[in-house]
Amino acid sequence: MNSAQIEIQLIASLVAIACAIPGTFLVLRKMAMISDAISHSILPGIVIGFFITHNLNAPLLIILATLTGIITVVLVEYIQKTGLVKEDTAIGLVFPALFSIGVIMIAKNANDIHLDVDAVLLGELAFAPFDRFSINGRDFGPKSLWIIGSILLGILILLFAFFKELKLSTFDKGLAASLGFSPAILHYGLMSVSSITTVGAFDAVGAILVVALMIAPAAAAYLITNDLKKMLLLATGFGVLSAISGYWLAHILDASIAGSITTMLGLLFLVVYLFAPNRGVIAVIYREKQQRTEVSLLTFLLHLKNHTEKNERHVNHLQEHINWQKVRAKNVLNLALKNNMIFIEHDIVSLTKKGNEFSSKAIDYIITNEDGQIEDMKDDFFLFRG
Amino acid sequence: MDIASYLSLLYNDYTLRTITLGTAILGSVTGMLGSFAVLRKQSLLGDAISHAALPGIAIAFLITGSKDSNILLLGALISGLIGTFWIRGIITKTHLKSDTALGLILSLFFGFGMLLLTFIQKQPNANQAGLEKYLFGQAATLVEADIWLMAGITGICLFVLFLFWKEFKMLLFDSDYTKTLGFNTKAIDILITTFIVLAIVLGLQTVGVVLMSAMLLAPAAAARQWTNSLGVMVFLAALFGAFSGVLGTAISAGYNNLSTGPVIVLVAAVIVVLSFVFSPNRGLLFKQIRLIKNRRDLQLHKTLAFMYRIAETHDNISHPHTIKILNNFQGYTRGTLQKLVEKNYVVLHGNMWSLTSEGFKRAQNLYNQQSDRNE
Repeated sequence: MNSAQIEIQLIASLVAIACAIPGTFLVLRKMAMISDAISHSILPGIVIGFFITHNLNAPLLIILATLTGIITVVLVEYIQKTGLVKEDTAIGLVFPALFSIGVIMIAKNANDIHLDVDAVLLGELAFAPFDRFSINGRDFGPKSLWIIGSILLGILILLFAFFKELKLSTFDKGLAASLGFSPAILHYGLMSVSSITTVGAFDAVGAILVVALMIAPAAAAYLITNDLKKMLLLATGFGVLSAISGYWLAHILDASIAGSITTMLGLLFLVVYLFAPNRGVIAVIYREKQQRTEVSLLTFLLHLKNHTEKNERHVNHLQEHINWQKVRAKNVLNLALKNNMIFIEHDIVSLTKKGNEFSSKAIDYIITNEDGQIEDMKDDFFLFRG
Repeated sequence: MDIASYLSLLYNDYTLRTITLGTAILGSVTGMLGSFAVLRKQSLLGDAISHAALPGIAIAFLITGSKDSNILLLGALISGLIGTFWIRGIITKTHLKSDTALGLILSLFFGFGMLLLTFIQKQPNANQAGLEKYLFGQAATLVEADIWLMAGITGICLFVLFLFWKEFKMLLFDSDYTKTLGFNTKAIDILITTFIVLAIVLGLQTVGVVLMSAMLLAPAAAARQWTNSLGVMVFLAALFGAFSGVLGTAISAGYNNLSTGPVIVLVAAVIVVLSFVFSPNRGLLFKQIRLIKNRRDLQLHKTLAFMYRIAETHDNISHPHTIKILNNFQGYTRGTLQKLVEKNYVVLHGNMWSLTSEGFKRAQNLYNQQSDRNE
């Protein structure tokens, strides 16, 4: 590894951390799409800033672009407040319009400026180490590293200073407001931080990757934990992991670094989406199947409890009476047998004492509308789950 | 360039004619289907799908090696549909919300598409240039065959829309009821979503991945302001879409270096702003006017009630009083007094006023019953 490679990975990792922190709150506040809107609509701000400064790293450009990001949020909220269209429509209307203005401004001045829409949307991390930050001829490393580093420092300070407030207003807006924490200030604070992060990162990794780095790690972390602190840590971990692995993927394929990092993020999310314990798709499908069998079992036990006559409880009759398919009937019967809920004598099914107790308790819960309790009861009674 | 010479140019110039026709058709079909997207609160779905289509284009190129737009668009359609169904999977199977799902699919698919595009660029294959046009769209690359394809799909779309109009409408406004009537809501849902994806994919070549969502949303959002009827809204949205296509093409043809996509989007955005402000029922302008009018009516009622309180204390309700005593009262202005006279509630004698019996009755019932006249 040469020093340029280390610098690129360092920049990518810092961007990943800087994005994951506001991203976590955006995902929790159901405002993930606003990051997409901001990432597009900062274009006119960048273009105007570039006209003035002719430097993509100038502080003025960053301030202008951040302002455009905040204007986007304000515009979206204004349109939403008029009640003429829904919130998502408002987002969808504002950012393409601003983005178009940016594209047209670039096109009209294509001869004077060397700014490409592709560069803004996609960035080129590979070039980041060439733009050095130096004072009096002494080299202090790449400029992007300093920019994203200071943004990250600011984010971390804000996070530690306002963690409690952010947490409260994210999960209980009403309580936060009644305790005197202005929701508006926190909201616009978060929006400003997101804008600054997007602007600071776009030059290195491009606007689209910023969106991916904000949403994907946070979403993956949210599938694993419900604890905000753990979620923040996991999200930053996921971000850094895919930033570094993405760099090496790009190295192997000789392709865009931003694209590769996003692809690694996608793979990581896919794995978590499928295999996350409790919340992953496989776990959900398995649990749905289990619950279906257990509900059938309960229905079956209640049927037995309701009928004392022998012909209603005959093994062959059950299948046609409850109208289950053969396989399911067998499954349910086996499960009941394994759990000692029933016994079979001369093809007549009867409840055991335990089965009787279970179904009486279950019906009590159903009558009193406390179906949730049945889940806990299952843990007490079942030796084997469905 | 004046309009007449533009029209003659439109008639004579093959490229301009093709592009104008193409953007007009595209605008109308996206407007139509966009109405459904907007009403189903799936406005941002278009944004996600258009981004999700990018890897499909790249993979189609990698597999076939051809740059035939039909094959590439087929790839875009498939990956757009995969993206759509993955979004649905995330929303239904996990506790992640729709905005997160949309943002995820949008950015992840787009990033993957970019990886593939840069990978293709490095391949020793002379044929690869030009895939970038799908990013921002290049209306200039439209040829007659593309127009036929667009027209054909628009035709199919219209046909299906007419055929299933009732079902679409019902699903839109009361999906539970539709289910209880025995319609297969899932199938209708998939049908309409597929058509939305199809319309988006059609537009990729013209306006590009990034701006496609606006083509879907803007005409529909504008049309929504003018009507409460679905049929009229779909028609208006198609009209607005076609208009922004034609006007956008005309404007961008008049200047150098002006790509068509962004101009069309800006024209559509202007239509949206105009609709927001000037639509008679929902528009901000008329809403403000109505607000002011209501406030004036309220002032009028206030003055009348104040007069009633004074007149009440006298046996003769038409006993004249000086105008001066109204001066301390905030609801009173010369204008409101004049209006009360016009309505025959009050009679003026010099600088004295007195309530008429009609005015007295009106004031008496002011808080008891709704006014039968539309004031």
